[in-house]
Amino acid sequence: MEGWDPNTKSTLTQIPLLTTKAGPRDGAAWTQRLKEEYKALIAYTQMNKSNDNDWFRISACNPEGTRWTGKCWYVHNLLKYEFDLQFDIPVTYPSTAPEIELPQLDGKTQKMYRGGKICLTVHFKPLWAKNWFSLNHVMKHIAIVITYYALCPRFGIAHALCLGLAPWLAAEVPVLVDSGMIKHKDDVSSSSES
Amino acid sequence: MEVELKDMIEDLESLKQSLSDPSLHSSIDKLRLRVENLTNMAKSVPVRRSKVKDMSAEVVDSNPYSRLMALQRMGIVKNYERIREFSVAIVGVGGVGSVAAEMLTRCGIGRLLLYDYDKVELANMNRLFFRPEQVGMTKTDAAVQTLSDINPDVVLESYTLNITTVQGFDTFMSSLRNKSFCPSKEGTGVDLVLSCVDNYEARMAVNQACNELNQTWMESGVSEDAVSGHIQLLIPGETACFACAPPLVVASGVDERTLKREGVCAASLPTTMGVVAGLLVQNTLKFLLNFGYVSPYLGYNSLKDYFPTMAMKPNPQCSNAACLERQEEYILAKPARDAAAKAKMEAEALSATECQLHADNEWNISIVDDSEQDRMDGTSADALPEGLTRELPSADEFQKSSVPGSTDTSVDDLEILRRQLDALNAD
Repeated sequence: MEGWDPNTKSTLTQIPLLTTKAGPRDGAAWTQRLKEEYKALIAYTQMNKSNDNDWFRISACNPEGTRWTGKCWYVHNLLKYEFDLQFDIPVTYPSTAPEIELPQLDGKTQKMYRGGKICLTVHFKPLWAKNWFSLNHVMKHIAIVITYYALCPRFGIAHALCLGLAPWLAAEVPVLVDSGMIKHKDDVSSSSES
Repeated sequence: MEVELKDMIEDLESLKQSLSDPSLHSSIDKLRLRVENLTNMAKSVPVRRSKVKDMSAEVVDSNPYSRLMALQRMGIVKNYERIREFSVAIVGVGGVGSVAAEMLTRCGIGRLLLYDYDKVELANMNRLFFRPEQVGMTKTDAAVQTLSDINPDVVLESYTLNITTVQGFDTFMSSLRNKSFCPSKEGTGVDLVLSCVDNYEARMAVNQACNELNQTWMESGVSEDAVSGHIQLLIPGETACFACAPPLVVASGVDERTLKREGVCAASLPTTMGVVAGLLVQNTLKFLLNFGYVSPYLGYNSLKDYFPTMAMKPNPQCSNAACLERQEEYILAKPARDAAAKAKMEAEALSATECQLHADNEWNISIVDDSEQDRMDGTSADALPEGLTRELPSADEFQKSSVPGSTDTSVDDLEILRRQLDALNAD
């Protein structure tokens, strides 16, 4: 964990860890896990709001709690860019991590799999390169993140958003805006009017 | 086309008759011959072969199975025709899966179930099987198109879905359970599952399904640098499952999706993938038709042409609950297995006494079975030789929450929690 920026690190440590190791196929144990997921998400959202760093909305869209949808946003140059957010809980969860999707950005960046799934393996590169970390360090760091998830069923949805999506948005949105791949919604409407 | 060519011949004929100069007749005859050739070529459109009811060993050019049935005459396989009773599920119809499917189709397998959610892309053309004109089709549809042309005797089922999603997984499970093809078969409706996927999540999903169904399966993989690969046999409870040990080649993500990632494009070679598919299907045939030695693990390092083999026992602390259940069942079934092995050994000994190899045994040499030696040592796999101690605990179990609900100081109702999050989401 020594490679994280202090903000992410302190935030992460404050999200409650999960204790039940259960996936969608584990019946009552999954319900228990789901309760813990909600508690972690509530704690994380509350924390973000009190730190004036509110950046996502997420809720389960089926009673089983296996499909989640919502929104996330990022402020760049004082403008807010908002995206739809969705993911499925894989059957083998929490042994395998959920694949977070931003469908509106599908095809707009190479740091993404088909379908708008954010690519967790390379998005750290620009972020960390900017902070003068050596490439070797970054690669080591990426390996840590991935193994950490696989070996750490105590991490839940909230942790995935904090560790995965937040740094991804911080690294990619500025690049996407500066390269003109995405436009602010006000710009789009004003240009269509003219 | 044919009509037009016929008209052309008639035109040539009338031209020949109208010409007074006979010196031109030979060149017109040449033209006529070429048109006739074209007519013949147009007639020979590809013919689909009809289904064959029984596999025959008759050596004639028109028998698609003569070379396979010859395996019986050569003494390799006892009853090759049994292959028509078997069902094999192939998960992932990519560089390895599609080639494995073609091999099994050409071998005359009874039924193939194909699973993939992806589409054919031009980036796949460095591998075997798919053709450029199939770009844009789902891999399952394209595979069914080609395979049914090659061998219409094979029953093909295609499933365009992602097995890692809850819904896809349910369909995957029920398709494996379906026994309509061979109702008398014990267990599931398939004889073997072949995992030809390119990522860790999908392998874990196949592992989960096979552990739950007590289904024997084989795993395959090609490394990201395209120069090595492996195949592995997984029998739930008997051998290590995919979650028992950290996978050897997790990073076998040979995936065209990765081609869209700058600088991290996984390599792939038709050669390595063909070799791995060949090893996988060879092991499959040996397993199904009961000949030769079925490898529990076979690696392939193409740079050194090194083929390591090994076997892995299941991990008693495996994180997969279904794996632990299968392990327990396997241990409970040990007396029955031992009795069967003993009976087999006695039968073999009986036949051996009939033809004594050596009349005298001056040095009292005897053959001892490896497994017997294990028993004589009286040690289990966990035990350490004398003088050695463990510095760390032998394994650490996943720490279960000591008291259920110990963290739940406040609410413990899903509906209330959901409403709390919704309230937070509202403002």
